[in-house]
Amino acid sequence: MIGNLDYSTLQQIWWIIASLVGSLFLFLTFVQGGQTLLFTVPRDAEEKALIINSLGRKWELTFTTLVLFGGALFAAFPKFYATSFGGAYWVWMLILFTFIVQAVSYEYRKKPGNFLGATTYEAFLFINGSVGILLIGAAVGTFFTGSSFSLNDYNQVTWQTPYRGLEAARNFFNLSLGLFLVFNARVLGAMYLINNVEHAALADRCRKSAWKSFLWSLPFLLYVVANLLFMKGYALNPATGEIFLQNAKYLQNLLGNPVTLLLLLVGLILVIYGVALTCFKNKNNGIWFSGIGTVLVGLAVFFLAGFNDTAFYPSSFDPQSSLTIYNASSSHYTLTAMTYVALSVPFVLAYIAYVWKQMDSKKLSLAELSSEDAEEMY
Amino acid sequence: MVEHIDLSQVNWARAQFALTAMYHWVFVPLTLGLSFLVAFFESIYVRTANEEWKRITKFWMTLFGINFAIGVATGIIMEFEFGTNWSNYSWMVGDIFGAPLAVEGIFAFFLEATFFAVMFFGWNRVSKGFHLFSTWMVAIGSNLSALWILVANGWMQYPVGMRFNPDTARFEMQNFWEVLFSPVAISKFTHATSSGFLLASLFVLGISSWYLLQERHQVMARRSIIVASVFGLLSSAYVAFTGDEAAYSVAQRQPMKLAAMEGLYDGRTSAPLIAAGLINAAKEPGDKQAPFAVELKIPGLLSLLANREAGSFVPGVNDLVFGNKEHNIIGAEERIEKGKIAVELLRTYKEARKAGDKDIANAALKAFGDYQDNLGYGYLNKPAEAVPPVGITFYAFHIMVITGTIFPLVFLFFLYFQAKGTLSYQSWLLSLGILCIPLGYIGQQAGWVLAEVGRQPWAIQGLLPVTVANSNLTTGTVQTTFFIFLALFTLLMIAEISIMLKQIKIGPEEN
Repeated sequence: MIGNLDYSTLQQIWWIIASLVGSLFLFLTFVQGGQTLLFTVPRDAEEKALIINSLGRKWELTFTTLVLFGGALFAAFPKFYATSFGGAYWVWMLILFTFIVQAVSYEYRKKPGNFLGATTYEAFLFINGSVGILLIGAAVGTFFTGSSFSLNDYNQVTWQTPYRGLEAARNFFNLSLGLFLVFNARVLGAMYLINNVEHAALADRCRKSAWKSFLWSLPFLLYVVANLLFMKGYALNPATGEIFLQNAKYLQNLLGNPVTLLLLLVGLILVIYGVALTCFKNKNNGIWFSGIGTVLVGLAVFFLAGFNDTAFYPSSFDPQSSLTIYNASSSHYTLTAMTYVALSVPFVLAYIAYVWKQMDSKKLSLAELSSEDAEEMY
Repeated sequence: MVEHIDLSQVNWARAQFALTAMYHWVFVPLTLGLSFLVAFFESIYVRTANEEWKRITKFWMTLFGINFAIGVATGIIMEFEFGTNWSNYSWMVGDIFGAPLAVEGIFAFFLEATFFAVMFFGWNRVSKGFHLFSTWMVAIGSNLSALWILVANGWMQYPVGMRFNPDTARFEMQNFWEVLFSPVAISKFTHATSSGFLLASLFVLGISSWYLLQERHQVMARRSIIVASVFGLLSSAYVAFTGDEAAYSVAQRQPMKLAAMEGLYDGRTSAPLIAAGLINAAKEPGDKQAPFAVELKIPGLLSLLANREAGSFVPGVNDLVFGNKEHNIIGAEERIEKGKIAVELLRTYKEARKAGDKDIANAALKAFGDYQDNLGYGYLNKPAEAVPPVGITFYAFHIMVITGTIFPLVFLFFLYFQAKGTLSYQSWLLSLGILCIPLGYIGQQAGWVLAEVGRQPWAIQGLLPVTVANSNLTTGTVQTTFFIFLALFTLLMIAEISIMLKQIKIGPEEN
């Protein structure tokens, strides 16, 4: 059946798959959000150890999802991979540096002889959770605001600013999206800890922190949503392949695609419901509502950018160089082969869910940190 | 296609890729092998229910974890660097190269990431059996990761299963299975992973030797030595077998690389193998200078190894640069001429299409078909550019082979004295065991230097030179990130070694 799918259907399927991986990553940034709580929420070393050990059992999932997001984009939309990574060099490099330092920090922080001292590794985690997520948000923002590049006849990219992508952070829309993601990650991080850790006082402080971060996220969320509804967007004329600026493009996309509208609304309601459960009902399962809500909102954002004849990586310098899911994708053959491979994704998700359930059936407690396996702990 | 080539920028990009890849490969082979050794130790523990084996498992697992973390840290950049620094490459071959990378993420990375947490924190959270299963999944996941990236690398060394699409100006996949089961990919995978098993065995052997010399943790050290020596010996045999396969594959598909590996300038029948030698650094293709200052030859052996046929002809650098009519070899010189025509025809085709001139476009496309096999050569300026750095390739190859020859003998000695029960008294052998750790790492690095330097100037063998593959960046930008990587990775490696040494000094927890 997959072998019979036409090219544009496959291109759309791969945009959905890439969007799903990207949105799952946004949910899993609860790890990054949790990392930014390290310097404020715990009162002593034991509480800090609880947070680190709780997050430390999940950080690799987030990391791997980011790597898969990159791999999926490379495989399905290589022109985006080439244009954005090769063009917006500095923004991606900085993001990667924050993930490089994260990867060693859990393992090395408490190990004797760690050379840099525990505080440095905690600072690395904080930088990853704040700067890393902020820049990812700003980079996603350029899916709407555009970047300054041009492509030649051989699809080679020339970036028009010396800042190499960092200029994205000077745009208030991009910055707002980044800051929203940082605060949303903090909300999710606090909720995850409430769900995963057995410590009443710490959970109380996490509830307060979740509420505070949620309030901080609101103005940025409102700014992003309001702008999305009214901003001009880069539209594709499917007959000619021409890209042109269209008024309220994303509002039209939203109204023209009820699924996206539904995803956005249900997603936002779930995020708010999760926060309300956590902060006002003292429930521990808010993470699941807000987490799933984040995935749905993420999907809506990526769908707004890519579907309904829209350029998902527009060039503000030369609109005709803009990338759409149709001109940036791999060949029909490769997308078909990759779709067969993607059939295994539900299996992968299933074993991740199974292991997660096995490992989290019992909450992490201070007793476990000082048990016979204490040496293994972060 | 390329308006301006900034050679210094290309070279800095190459240096950065080499730097990050070499750092990454410090940690990866140990992960590949130690993951299996830990799985062996735990399997024995589960079978025997002997707590000593659990202690052994946990100790080596701790060292595995320290190494694994920095392997992950240095690995993420490898994937994204294809985009950041080799963006033309990413576009031109992303249709083929991206797929194995994505498959690697789906099939391998998640296995590692998911079961790693169980392996380290699941001792009291899951059953003994499920814990063992998880440890095996981490080992399999780590090695599957290597499979897919080596499939991708094998494809770069021997591109198959694709065609060039002039409309999109890129190579497009025609046959996924041909890419996956390319003989080069298979020999790359088997050789690289088995060399990882070998390194991990040396690592366990060396550290255990140190404990025996220190007269500490002797039971654990002896047991570890037995398992590591057996695994190491089997791996050594496999490394030699797959190494022979890999070299044969190079001889058949990358003759220039083979010529550089052996410093062979003038091809000949019954070619000798250079067992050791000092390269004449001033030697250039086509000149009359001797290629070696000193050399030790084994007559006829190169012909036998390269073609599996005694007395056969092995082409040298000069044959491949200037051509050899007698042996039907078209030289780089001629291919560059044809390549330049292909580049020009492609340009004509693109321009005619843009201008809507169908006749010219069709004629150019038809003519392009006759020359397109040489397209990559069209971006070289002179034939000598088709020659990789001979000195580096030669020395890397010989260092790899010489170190690889020592190790099986070391494992045999260890097993012999262990069986005799006098291992603890052989301080010379125990010291040699410790020395084998750095030697193993040197051999590993040499192997990859050979693989990558030996295929220069190509990013994709014969199709895409590095000068065309890279991103349009300034030299200063790449220099800056080069030095950031150098500082950051060096800092993290110092931390890793320091933690590792401390953990070894502490040793396994005593009951």
